[in-house]
Amino acid sequence: MLHQLYEYLQYPFVRYAVIVGVLIALCSSLLGVTLVLKRYSFIGDGLSHVAFGALAIASIMKVTSTTLITMPITVIAAILLLKGGQSAKLKGDAAIAMISVASLAIGYMLMNVFSASANVSGDVCSTLFGSTSILTLKQSEVMICFILSIVVITVFVIFYNKIFGVTFDENFARATGVRAGAYNLLIAVIIAVIIVLGMNLVGSLLISALIIFPALSAMRLMRTFKSVTITSAIISVVCALLGIIISILYSTPTGSTIVCADMAVFLVCYVIDRVRTA
Amino acid sequence: MAFIKCIDLSVGYEGKAVAEGLNFEVNEGDYLCIVGENGAGKSTLMKTMLHLTKIISGDIEYGDGLKPYEIGYLPQQTITQQDFPASVKEIVMSGNLSKLGLRPFYGKAERDEAKRNMKRMDIYDLRNKSFKNLSGGQKQRVLLARALCASTKLLVLDEPVSGLDPKVTADFYQLIKKLNDEGMTVIMVSHDIHEGLNDATHILHVTGKQLYFGEASKYADSEAYKILTSIELTKGDK
Repeated sequence: MLHQLYEYLQYPFVRYAVIVGVLIALCSSLLGVTLVLKRYSFIGDGLSHVAFGALAIASIMKVTSTTLITMPITVIAAILLLKGGQSAKLKGDAAIAMISVASLAIGYMLMNVFSASANVSGDVCSTLFGSTSILTLKQSEVMICFILSIVVITVFVIFYNKIFGVTFDENFARATGVRAGAYNLLIAVIIAVIIVLGMNLVGSLLISALIIFPALSAMRLMRTFKSVTITSAIISVVCALLGIIISILYSTPTGSTIVCADMAVFLVCYVIDRVRTA
Repeated sequence: MAFIKCIDLSVGYEGKAVAEGLNFEVNEGDYLCIVGENGAGKSTLMKTMLHLTKIISGDIEYGDGLKPYEIGYLPQQTITQQDFPASVKEIVMSGNLSKLGLRPFYGKAERDEAKRNMKRMDIYDLRNKSFKNLSGGQKQRVLLARALCASTKLLVLDEPVSGLDPKVTADFYQLIKKLNDEGMTVIMVSHDIHEGLNDATHILHVTGKQLYFGEASKYADSEAYKILTSIELTKGDK
């Protein structure tokens, strides 16, 4: 089996896939804690549906890289959802539910009516649940993923202390003159970028899992923000690596395999936490 | 010139005033207690002073060397914080956040300041402990240390003793008194009129409008005091 894996890794496109997968997993885990604790999970979920709709538009426009279309649309949606969620008069979650289902419907409609592809349901399926094999990623897609992952990680490190501040206590931060609104916006934009990136790896329906599971697992084990963030990154990377390898060896769908690995780790962490506090 | 001067101030939210006609000032070294019933507008007043809520009408002037955001704020604890994974050190450190400006990381000055305030609040030994596992009194001292990192001049405390047991409450008031004696200006919002009032130098009584503002020693003779205590008494009867 190891021999088989070694053989696969001889191909550069396999190596690229593994590197991109690991980077995406790392990015997606970073903001998990913030997302869970700020009750922003719903934004992540809503955005992934928007990204699906955007991808449908991108695929019928036949652009060289779909990311160029999906990224701006998803980022704009993130900003709108954040503003909507903050306004007390507008019911935030209802608006998000509306946008989510509308995006799904429009996306599927567009793909069905305009697609030139012979296998529409296959296209839809891979958009929702990720490429059946990560190895089918195009070279240009790999490059964009690589660059954006580095950008996300850098921005997170630079703004780490500020993200902690506005996540732990937004009012305190605001009262001391920190521009909390701007950082909330930054967080929403990073989430949008992560979702678009992660869609390549696990598909739009499963990306939330990639963001939230590692953070929840780490929160069972660790007690400080820094250790939770680091642990969550490690868990996410290990699960992604494991998922990708298993999916190559046993030809299982990459996205689902990674998410199953994340789920298994969460269960283990949950049991450890229960045993420890009992 | 005072630290904070409110001129004909109306406070509220979404454009509707909940308390009007507020005229008072806070000077350096003062210990102002803001009292009133729940929903009387005292929390809204405090949030307005902290720039968390917009002024409805009137004006707030910050002066005497106090910058508008140079306020150490001790908020009521939120539900989010109940299971937030963060160490004592991380939280106290975040009091220095506004000093960072464009710098991404804390430097020696901020680390020293956090250490000094943790020692001052007697929580230095807890610095690597998780916030959510602390007792109510310890949590308040952590948040107080964070507030002290944010300002050396003015502390604003929002119902700081709610949920604390009597012993811890007494200790907490003593701690605030000590900080005030050391020169820290204090504004405390409280619906508990008893213990906290003994230490205050000034009282502001708000119930929709300003019922009393002045020295604490004269408050017991005022009409406003009788109203508040009679409410407390009837509550006690039930």
